[in-house]
Amino acid sequence: MKLKTWKELPAGAVITEPGSARNFKTGSWRSYRPRWIEENCIQCLFCWVYCPDMSIVTKEGKMTGIDYDFCKGCGICALECPGKKGQKALVMEEEGK
Amino acid sequence: MGKKIGITGNEAIANAMRIANPDVCGAFPITPATEIMQRFCTFVSNGEVKTETVLAESEHSAMSACIGASAAGGRVATATAAQGLALMWEMLFIASGLRLPIVMGVANRALSAPLNIHGDHSDGMGARDCGWIHLYCEDAQEGYDNMLQAFRIGEHKDLRLPVMVGIDGFITSHSIQTAEYLDDDVARKFVGEYQQTLPALLDIKNPVSMGALILTDYYHEYRKAHEQVMMRVFKVVEDIGKEFEKISGRPYGLFESYRLEDAEVAIVVMSSAAGTTKEVVDEYRAKGIKAGLLKPRLYRPFPYTQIAEALKHVKAIAVLDRADCWGGSYGPLFTDITGALYGLDKKPVLINKIYGLGGRDYMPDQAEYTFNELIDLAKGGKVKAVKEYIGVRE
Repeated sequence: MKLKTWKELPAGAVITEPGSARNFKTGSWRSYRPRWIEENCIQCLFCWVYCPDMSIVTKEGKMTGIDYDFCKGCGICALECPGKKGQKALVMEEEGK
Repeated sequence: MGKKIGITGNEAIANAMRIANPDVCGAFPITPATEIMQRFCTFVSNGEVKTETVLAESEHSAMSACIGASAAGGRVATATAAQGLALMWEMLFIASGLRLPIVMGVANRALSAPLNIHGDHSDGMGARDCGWIHLYCEDAQEGYDNMLQAFRIGEHKDLRLPVMVGIDGFITSHSIQTAEYLDDDVARKFVGEYQQTLPALLDIKNPVSMGALILTDYYHEYRKAHEQVMMRVFKVVEDIGKEFEKISGRPYGLFESYRLEDAEVAIVVMSSAAGTTKEVVDEYRAKGIKAGLLKPRLYRPFPYTQIAEALKHVKAIAVLDRADCWGGSYGPLFTDITGALYGLDKKPVLINKIYGLGGRDYMPDQAEYTFNELIDLAKGGKVKAVKEYIGVRE
């Protein structure tokens, strides 16, 4: 994305484009990343409910993965995940390992 | 023309607010500005204005309410002083950064501790770099005139900036002085209806977000943009001053020059002390001494080049500060004036006097003392001390 010069900025840093937070990818803030283990997932969607962002991707009412462009790695999904018979479907792993 | 009346500075400010009929006033009382909102609330209660008053639990909240109302798309005004202005401090940056044309009367007062309620510029000077436009007034007349112009200046489509209008606490805010109000119709026509020229929160057809996080990629650019919009203030202030002169007969520029054109010695001083100094200028002129005065009106943005042009021929200048910058060596106005004159090849001799802190009387003998020193300096005398407290017990 080409950055604007000071002459092109809207006065008062007002944002006029709806949903423009989508243009600002925050995934790079992450130091831990959630990993989804599909065989342990019971599709309870607790992760989707608790995610403070919108980083749990769903399709037709089912969890299908994680949006790493925006997931900041807070770990709430992994904490809330009940898993299957004590086996978590979301686990946090250190980035870069 | 309106008729001459006796009013306090606070009354003058409140009356200008009545003319502007703001949509919202968020306020919290503080001496010596309390009377501004007290009188204004009377106008509200009597139905003379359609303003919604938000009587907040602190000045921080009062300014926050003003910011919300201005961002929503309304004309907004308030008033404060001293600790109240200090408590607003972080919100002042938000008002200017969001480019919200809030107009605020300030009855300039000393800051605690020690607790003091009297006239002093410490509060305004503490807020000088908040990105607001600052206008300072010599008396109640200027309070009324500047407050009316402040709405036009701040709300101007090229600016959209908040404006604070300073009158000296007690000296101007509470003294009854002769002044002249414009006819209400003339004043209302001058101020005009509020025009929202930037996106507003309550414009539901064009939704916007305000107060977004701007990090290392854009913050620097936004600050440069603010620096540049401040540079547009001078022309707007001059144009509106000329327009105001047509309806009032009272001229307003970036600053006032008093017998300065051929002056060899001059005092630079703001607000009420300028009146006392003019008397002494006249006294010295009658003795054949070429004395003059420069009274800054627009303090932020500071008209550096214009002031340099007005002062460059003077041999010796004393800058009088009603505030001090501890650890900064000199008073705030002095550093602005030295900054203005820095680019000149031949610079006047400059000295700094700190006067009138916490409402200490500024008397003609202090101006005489200062002029006598300047006369000596103009003849080639040596500077004994660049900065000196005057009117202080040694």
